[in-house]
Amino acid sequence: MKMLLTGNEAVARGAYEAGVTYAAAYPGTPSTEIMETVAEYKGDILAEWSTNEKVALECVIGASLAGARSLATMKMVGVNVAADPLFCSAYAGINGGLVLVSADDPGLHSSQNEQDNRHYARFAKVAMLEPSDSQESRDMIIAAYEISETYDIPVLFRMTTRVCHGKSLVELGERKEVANKPYVKNLQKYDLVPAVSRKLRVDLEEKLRRLEEFSNKTEFNFIEWNDKSIGVIASGVAYQYAREVFGTKASYLKLGFTNPLPFDKIKAFAKEVGTLYVVEEVEPFIEEQLKAHGISCIGKDKIPNIGELTPGIVAKALLGETRPTIEYDPSSLPSRPPTLCAGCPHRGFFYELSKRKNVMVTGDIGCYGLGGSDPLNAKDTSFDMGASISMGYGAQRAFDRGGQKMRTASVIGDSTFFHTGINSLLHVVYNGGNTVTCILDNRITGMTGHQENPGSGYTLQGKPAKIVDIGALVKTMGIDHVRNVNPLNLKEVKEAFDWALDLNEPSVIITRWPCVLKKLSEDDRKEFGDYIGKCAAAEETCVGCRMCIKTGCPALRFNKESKKIRIDETQCIGCEVCRQVCPVKAIRKVGE
Amino acid sequence: MSEVKNILLVGVGGQGTILVGKILSTGLMAAGYDVKMSEVHGMAQRGGSVSNQVRYGAKVYSPIIDKGQADILVAFETMEALRWLDYLNPKGKAVVNDYRIPSAPILMGKQEYPEGILNTIESKVDTNVIKAAEIAQQIGTPRSMNVVLFGALVKGMNLTHIDWEPVIGGVVKANTVDSNIAAFRAGLSEGK
Repeated sequence: MKMLLTGNEAVARGAYEAGVTYAAAYPGTPSTEIMETVAEYKGDILAEWSTNEKVALECVIGASLAGARSLATMKMVGVNVAADPLFCSAYAGINGGLVLVSADDPGLHSSQNEQDNRHYARFAKVAMLEPSDSQESRDMIIAAYEISETYDIPVLFRMTTRVCHGKSLVELGERKEVANKPYVKNLQKYDLVPAVSRKLRVDLEEKLRRLEEFSNKTEFNFIEWNDKSIGVIASGVAYQYAREVFGTKASYLKLGFTNPLPFDKIKAFAKEVGTLYVVEEVEPFIEEQLKAHGISCIGKDKIPNIGELTPGIVAKALLGETRPTIEYDPSSLPSRPPTLCAGCPHRGFFYELSKRKNVMVTGDIGCYGLGGSDPLNAKDTSFDMGASISMGYGAQRAFDRGGQKMRTASVIGDSTFFHTGINSLLHVVYNGGNTVTCILDNRITGMTGHQENPGSGYTLQGKPAKIVDIGALVKTMGIDHVRNVNPLNLKEVKEAFDWALDLNEPSVIITRWPCVLKKLSEDDRKEFGDYIGKCAAAEETCVGCRMCIKTGCPALRFNKESKKIRIDETQCIGCEVCRQVCPVKAIRKVGE
Repeated sequence: MSEVKNILLVGVGGQGTILVGKILSTGLMAAGYDVKMSEVHGMAQRGGSVSNQVRYGAKVYSPIIDKGQADILVAFETMEALRWLDYLNPKGKAVVNDYRIPSAPILMGKQEYPEGILNTIESKVDTNVIKAAEIAQQIGTPRSMNVVLFGALVKGMNLTHIDWEPVIGGVVKANTVDSNIAAFRAGLSEGK
């Protein structure tokens, strides 16, 4: 049966067919839907959200050693978090097949950098596959388990945004049940003390040598002979672009298995063709290895190493061809940046925070990053997951020692706090810091599209779960000053800031209100009730001061002619933040 | 059937471009085309600019449409039509919804919603302006504005040989089938 699937769905399907029984992940664009789809195979695969990528990969390594085919998925920056166990698992090898999916994001559609995780395969010394569409995503992940078990090595399965989110036709197969391999205690393999690792280090090089032999013969590295005046070596979605640009006017060596590279096959191909191009997205991963092997080729000297490629970019770079476009001047076109939704519980919090002077706001990864945009502007930094708390701490130490009259406030979401915020906060407590940590608990993992987490009450596959009590947790860690606030109540938020910024000990402010887009659970309804009603602005009372606009709510419309505010009733959910800001009480709840 | 065709749907997060992409790709696939579709997730729900790209033909390689390559540009929001206009083939068609959603800088009063967009586009390329919101309202299904535009797209791309109504029926929620088919027919009659 053929189905139109995204690469993410195809990977999930392939893992199911390959007999995977355990899978773990931390959500992150563009990888998230893989585990959401795996979770649908409820009876066959135990699929879980982990607290972070390191934990996910370690759970998966444990399951592999116990004998199960297992899968970890994450976005590319998640692999940085999981790098420690990844490097270890290369040395130890596997028992049940082990695949780590890294979903890279060339073009930075939704990431903080543009790292090319193919380098991890060489760096950690593991096998690597790179699909270029959904069919390959399904086929290659099935093969990945065979490769992993044949060569006793983890497989890095490298995808990119266009492969993850692009849909194409996939021929499906049936699931093959794979029984757990027997577990045998083996200290010489799984106990990575120096004496053992020194030996495994040698074994690993031998595994890579055998994998290069495999690379030379696997059909995932195939040649398509056409006109031989141009030869193209390409991998991933870049192959699709090159194939579209050159058609049958070039011959292709399409690489799907890219670590180790098939140098015999590459040399044989290079010898037959005239000009040799390497078409790859982001870094010259293949090109540099070719050049180190004395194979001359043209790559990043013509093709950009920054941003996504497109067929047009490849055509322009290598053939000097450009397609005619409609000429117009887009410079005056207003931008359309993402904003905090109407009714977002973060809005009230950031509105109050934005009024504070001499406060450095260290932000984190999540929707609340949008609190740093106009008109709220309540953010100074955004780095990696969990960094808000530790960076805020370090900054406060430097401010204090430097005699600068600055305070720092760290802003982090519930899921990000569970991810890596907890250890940062422990550092603050242990070292006697005095920073203000604000945990914005919107009862769900918001930005990636509503995934359950340790605070939400459910597991990925819908089982009721223990709910971590953030207040009790931070108190146990040694935070003596903890305050829960309703972020929609501006007075409560303001008082909490006054209180916390005056303390010379670490404090935690927890804002607790569900994401406006969350499908409320029964517990949520009991605690928060349903949003009822809408707000409206009375035209006769509104003085056109536009104070409410400073909340940045997209439901507010200012009419330049009448100089009055109107509230878009299709967007407003009646959170009443704008009502509290209005100095002339022009905004009321409809029906009040 | 050999030539690859390119359909670019653009709009604002929440406008239903993804549903139209799904109807379109399902129908094209059933009609025997190779289909590739590309969309970028992530920030879309937060009111950002979104695009959905559908390519079909005998054999499709690239999942994305290049600048100057779209055979038809369907803009669910007026300003977005201009933002993506350079993706349209100068010999292609624009289907533009006469419907404004002001973005954050406009709401804040920092910028004005640009006037004359429709005239600009009409002066440069074969354009069909559709008042999809009004049409959806008239037939009593204000939420099916996206499927009205889909109807116009089917006409504009000359895809009327495919029987779309069962496809729509299979994709949308069961209780919205009738209203969506009504919207599709209304859009089809607006197409050119």
